[in-house]
Amino acid sequence: MNTFMEQFPIVVDALNQGFVQTLRLFIVTLLGAIPLGLVIACGSMSKFKPLSLLTRLVVWIVRGSPLMIQLLIIYYFPGLVLKNNIWGSGEAGRFLAASVAFIFNYACYFSEIYRGGIQGIPRGQDEAGMVLGMTKMQIFFRVKLLQVIKAIVPPMSNEIITLVKDTSLSRIIALQEIIWAGQAFMKGSRGISGAIWPLFFTAVYYLIFSGLLSLVLGKLEKKLNYYW
Amino acid sequence: MLKAKNIVKNFGALPVLKGVSLEIKKGEVVAIIGKSGSGKSTFLRCLNNLEKVDGGSIEIAGKWMVNDGAYAPAKEMRGICLKMGYVFQNFNLFPHMNVLKNLTEAQICVLGRKKEDAEKYARELLGKVGLADKEKAYPCQLSGGQQQRVAIARALALDPDILCFDEPTSALDPLLTQEVLSVIRALSLEKRTMIVVTHEMNFAREVADRVVYMEEGVVVAEGKPDQVFESEAVRAFTGKAEN
Repeated sequence: MNTFMEQFPIVVDALNQGFVQTLRLFIVTLLGAIPLGLVIACGSMSKFKPLSLLTRLVVWIVRGSPLMIQLLIIYYFPGLVLKNNIWGSGEAGRFLAASVAFIFNYACYFSEIYRGGIQGIPRGQDEAGMVLGMTKMQIFFRVKLLQVIKAIVPPMSNEIITLVKDTSLSRIIALQEIIWAGQAFMKGSRGISGAIWPLFFTAVYYLIFSGLLSLVLGKLEKKLNYYW
Repeated sequence: MLKAKNIVKNFGALPVLKGVSLEIKKGEVVAIIGKSGSGKSTFLRCLNNLEKVDGGSIEIAGKWMVNDGAYAPAKEMRGICLKMGYVFQNFNLFPHMNVLKNLTEAQICVLGRKKEDAEKYARELLGKVGLADKEKAYPCQLSGGQQQRVAIARALALDPDILCFDEPTSALDPLLTQEVLSVIRALSLEKRTMIVVTHEMNFAREVADRVVYMEEGVVVAEGKPDQVFESEAVRAFTGKAEN
């Protein structure tokens, strides 16, 4: 099979399959990291010093080291060092390990965004709620929450777009996402070998997906712009 | 209506209030004047539980908020604090709520009023501060003077016994200052009990029943406006202030 026209549908089919795995990792990461980030943010803002110091230390380590190393450690450490492969074998095991690494890494980034958003609300908003007799809960949910959300949407959008492309790092533990699927055609797969263009072509998937996301997130940002 | 006795407040090692006492009768308008840093705003914040005192007593409408440095239990505190209304220097309206919602939010979630009743009362108050046509506007769409008038209406919506103003016109230009002052003046004619911390000397002289002059955390002069403004300490202060 040599002509491009013959190769194209075969490659697209393989890349689509890879992209489904990319998309799954993307969604699972968001679903896990968005709430976990809130827990971590609470930890780092805690008035109990040991907890906040410990949380900040962990966040510093996770944000300060490459996600690729974290992936490798999380995936290989239990099996190779502890002789207990907790992830299980095959693609399911790789996906589980990748999900854990991505969720934890992104939760740490999100936690800092949340913290900035919460601490960035002027003190006067708390005080206004207090002199009106509101409880702490009422002040948080009725006065501050929407302001926090508005403040964090732009930086969160940034991180979410970055996540689209960061999923490709899971190639390092051979998760069969779209980069892996594209690369397979170099060695040989489905009767095609020595083809580099499928790997390059994966970029189109990322561009389209991140483009669509930018549109949606931009809309959300605009919607929250109804005041100031 | 309000009795504050020997209020002491320190910021770390810095004493800000060194035993301030003040008594306010029902229907009285008291202006607190003094240099920046004299402790007048801190005193007002202590009366509204925005700062915790380090010593002294505060009695509001017959109930102890602080008795000799010891605060009332949390349950009672809310009720006592609700006797006080507070207007901030920089308004502190809720930016994500329109004007009407700014006025109804606490009525509904704190006082438990019905939405329709809260809105009816809010509209009445907006009419009073001259902003009946602005209920749908968001704070960012209003001038500073309009925002401050909304803030006054928001405080009034909870029917406080005493209304406190912390330099309500300090963030405003002279024209907007006048529109806010005229609202406060109108409230004084209704015989509302008010405490106004202000740098507007003419306004204090005209509206206040009593003027308190503070310097470095103590009350230096107190009495009828004419009396206080003629005292030596205050003349030295206003002489500077008016230059």
